[in-house]
Amino acid sequence: MSARGSARRALALGLALPLAGCTFVQSPLDPVSPQARDLLWLFWLFSAVLAAIWLAVMLALLASFRARRAETADPLAIDPRRERRATALVAGLTVATGLVVLVLTGLSYAGQRRLFGDEAARVTIRVIGHQWWWEVQYEDPEPSRGFTTANEIHVPVGVPVRLTLDSTDVIHSFWVPSLTGKQDLIPGRTNAIHFTAERPGLYRGQCAEFCGMQHAKMGLLVIAEDEESFDRWRRGQAAPRPEPGSDEARAGEAAFVAAPCSLCHQVRGTAAAGRNGPELTHVGSRRTLAAGTLPMSRGNLAAWIVDPHGIKPGVNMPLVRLDPDQLNTVSAYLEGLK
Amino acid sequence: MSDVASATGDLRDTNLDGPALSARLGRVWGTRRGLLGALATVDHKIIGRRYIVTAFLFLFLGGLTALVMRLQLARPESGLVGPDTYNQLFTMHGSTMMFLFGVPIGEAMAVYLVPLMVGTRNIAFPRLNAFSYWVYLSGGLFLWVSFLLNIGPDVGWFAYVPLSGPEYSPGKRADTWAQMITFTELSGLAVAIEIIVTVLKQRAPGMTLDRIPVFVWALFVNSFIIVFALPAVMLASTFLILDRLVGTHLFNPAEGGDALLYQHLFWFFGHPEVYIIFLPGTAFVSAIIPTFARRETFGYLALVLSLIATGFLSFGLWVHHMFVTGLPQLGAAFFTASSMLIAIPNGLQIFCWIATLWDGRPVWRTPLLFVAGFFFIFVAGGLSGIMLASVPIDTQVHDTYFVVAHFHYVLIGGNVFPLIGAIYYWFPKFTGRLLSERLGAWNFWLTFVGFNVAFFPMHISGLMGMPRRVYTYGPEMGWGHLQLLSTAGALILFAGFLVFAWNVIASLRRGDVAGANPWNSGTLEWATASPPPPQNFDRIPLVTHREPLWAERGGLPVVTGLSVGHRELVVSSVAEAEPQLRETSPAPSIWPLAAAIAVGVTFIGSIFTPYAVLWGALPIAAALTGWFWPKTAAEDEE
Repeated sequence: MSARGSARRALALGLALPLAGCTFVQSPLDPVSPQARDLLWLFWLFSAVLAAIWLAVMLALLASFRARRAETADPLAIDPRRERRATALVAGLTVATGLVVLVLTGLSYAGQRRLFGDEAARVTIRVIGHQWWWEVQYEDPEPSRGFTTANEIHVPVGVPVRLTLDSTDVIHSFWVPSLTGKQDLIPGRTNAIHFTAERPGLYRGQCAEFCGMQHAKMGLLVIAEDEESFDRWRRGQAAPRPEPGSDEARAGEAAFVAAPCSLCHQVRGTAAAGRNGPELTHVGSRRTLAAGTLPMSRGNLAAWIVDPHGIKPGVNMPLVRLDPDQLNTVSAYLEGLK
Repeated sequence: MSDVASATGDLRDTNLDGPALSARLGRVWGTRRGLLGALATVDHKIIGRRYIVTAFLFLFLGGLTALVMRLQLARPESGLVGPDTYNQLFTMHGSTMMFLFGVPIGEAMAVYLVPLMVGTRNIAFPRLNAFSYWVYLSGGLFLWVSFLLNIGPDVGWFAYVPLSGPEYSPGKRADTWAQMITFTELSGLAVAIEIIVTVLKQRAPGMTLDRIPVFVWALFVNSFIIVFALPAVMLASTFLILDRLVGTHLFNPAEGGDALLYQHLFWFFGHPEVYIIFLPGTAFVSAIIPTFARRETFGYLALVLSLIATGFLSFGLWVHHMFVTGLPQLGAAFFTASSMLIAIPNGLQIFCWIATLWDGRPVWRTPLLFVAGFFFIFVAGGLSGIMLASVPIDTQVHDTYFVVAHFHYVLIGGNVFPLIGAIYYWFPKFTGRLLSERLGAWNFWLTFVGFNVAFFPMHISGLMGMPRRVYTYGPEMGWGHLQLLSTAGALILFAGFLVFAWNVIASLRRGDVAGANPWNSGTLEWATASPPPPQNFDRIPLVTHREPLWAERGGLPVVTGLSVGHRELVVSSVAEAEPQLRETSPAPSIWPLAAAIAVGVTFIGSIFTPYAVLWGALPIAAALTGWFWPKTAAEDEE
């Protein structure tokens, strides 16, 4: 199967079963980038060496349980010859410990150089941590091609990607284990990581630094797809929201803009221009809602609007009272923002 | 007391002997009956016992919070507790285990055992000792009462800013955490200084530096680590309180502060903290192994030097908690090297202990069983620590369940297993009765199996991508089975602790009577009765060997000439332990308790208004005046 074929298959699967098992991976044991593979290799290497040491120590311990002196022996009676041998052995083992540590330090440093080495990235994405969602800004030399989205990062397969990481509130940590190790998002500082996704697919990540009440529900998805699909997606995201195609959607848009929703959320192409919450211009094209908490669907959008604190207690989204008609049309409208 | 002294003139222990001497010293050094006597006592054994029991109560409470968390995580999307409660639970768990159990338990055992092991009659600064216990107790009660009132901290035991700062943690929860730290600080520092002075200046004559038991060396080095490490966290918590209450912006990046500064300060304490918890474990192991291997310690000098090396190196590792904060790479690599370096002294210790066992004749009683468990678990935890020391590997496993598994292997393996062994070992000394060996075996196997079933799978959970400090997870993440297994293990572990508690309670009344030296050990604490009389020793022993009771089978030589009319002990020189002075040891006093109450009220009050510091200074000054009211010491009259 061609790479593009498997990408489509993965995407189709992803669309059909957004959060059901096996459609995504979130594990350092499933690397899909040279960086993550390198880290896994280093991990197994260390594990093998250290497990062998542990085993050797345990065997020595077991052997030491044998009684080697008479029951009546004076505890202060020491055989000088045995003592010298033991001293030499302990000294030798200590030196050996030093050598093992030296080699492991060298391997670690080499791995660190590879992980954080400079690499010319073709795609640069700025990720800003918020309590409890991810703002994602695609930067472009040409401003009209730049855009902002949330909780979902698309990257082209086989292309080096650089993420710059910062935060506007508390410390978060960006971790998509299949792609690379984690890095903190710290207010007042900018960190960066880079990776190259090798296979199309959905790679889940989540915040790894405790960031308050809903730290547990601060997930994100990285979607790696072939360059053609990525460019198509990127063009689509840079465009303003699609014109509402039905009366229902038009009513929904009107209600959305008139309601307090527009104070926090932006939908490009409308008067809604709030920047406190996630950007919603193409929210309907995302696979999840509320930072990986719910699969995207009209029903879930409605459920979220009606009771954000039931689904994600402590979330900053306030309860906005909409009458049933408004709720209906607003969810239809948002779902239609592909 | 002065009546006695004037009535008897300068009665010395050379004029009395046998039961008459014992009874006289018992009266002079004793604690008066009744509530007031109990509150005013300065006997290191009574205070040490309180310390130990209190620390175990906090261990139990910390264990309960862990159990609730384990039940919550046993299945995905469990609704047993919500995020708010869960975040408080893991904050309480970490804070309790680190500050109310981990640091105090080592100091508690030291308060009881070090004066006995160095052959003196009381700890140095006994009133400060009483004060530090009361401060510790009030800090612990403050934290737990706050938790029960639903103002328990919810920002993690590390309370990183800006999350714990004024903007993201309104209310009093983070203040509760910060002030609890201040309480713990104060008592921890005070005890560390008492231990240092006791070891340096109150050793029995003849106990030269190379005759100090390894146990005492470990707690001595530990006290130095405490003295240098705790001020860093005090700075962190005080800066935090200032940001929160007074409106400074020390950690606010928007005003030129720095959020990472807090992490540096915290971990400059936080990593030595691991060794503050582990060194008492090495102390227990170093005392148990020679006794039950029936052989003197192999490599005494190597053990002592590795303790000292560990003490120094422990201050050069803190950045490995911050490998993913984006620090300069070369700097981070330096901390990889230093973190791995500490494996050398620790490895050396392990080799020396195994060599002692190797050349000995192991006697399989419960204390040694727990030491064997310590080897199995701690070595595994130490080795996984080498993985975490590597910057690249750490970027994957940092803040995941892999780390949770690692540090429970290190802390439970390195502290709790030796500690339980130590309780089996010294319980007869504390109480005069032996713990049941049959229950001891149950205790060990339940704890050992439960521990590994609970924590080994967490390594895998972490590698499957599970971050720490999450109150729930979705079924699609695939962590459910392993988490259920961990919960089952935690229940077995808890059952092990219940057996331990039952053993302690039952043996207090029905245990076999121990006698002075039930294990036929070699160190000084076994030279006196079990439990020891208030004066510890009728006559101060003269030390001629590292294991005095093994070297002097015919009875210890002693020092005579101390007053029996008032509390008098021997002050000796630092290196050679030559007797220098007869010094009066302070008598019981209620003022340390009064001072502790005044200090506690001030600390708690300062959460609500900075003026509490101002007004609180008055009762504190009054209490300290009472405490230090000048009295003519007996030796000054001569």
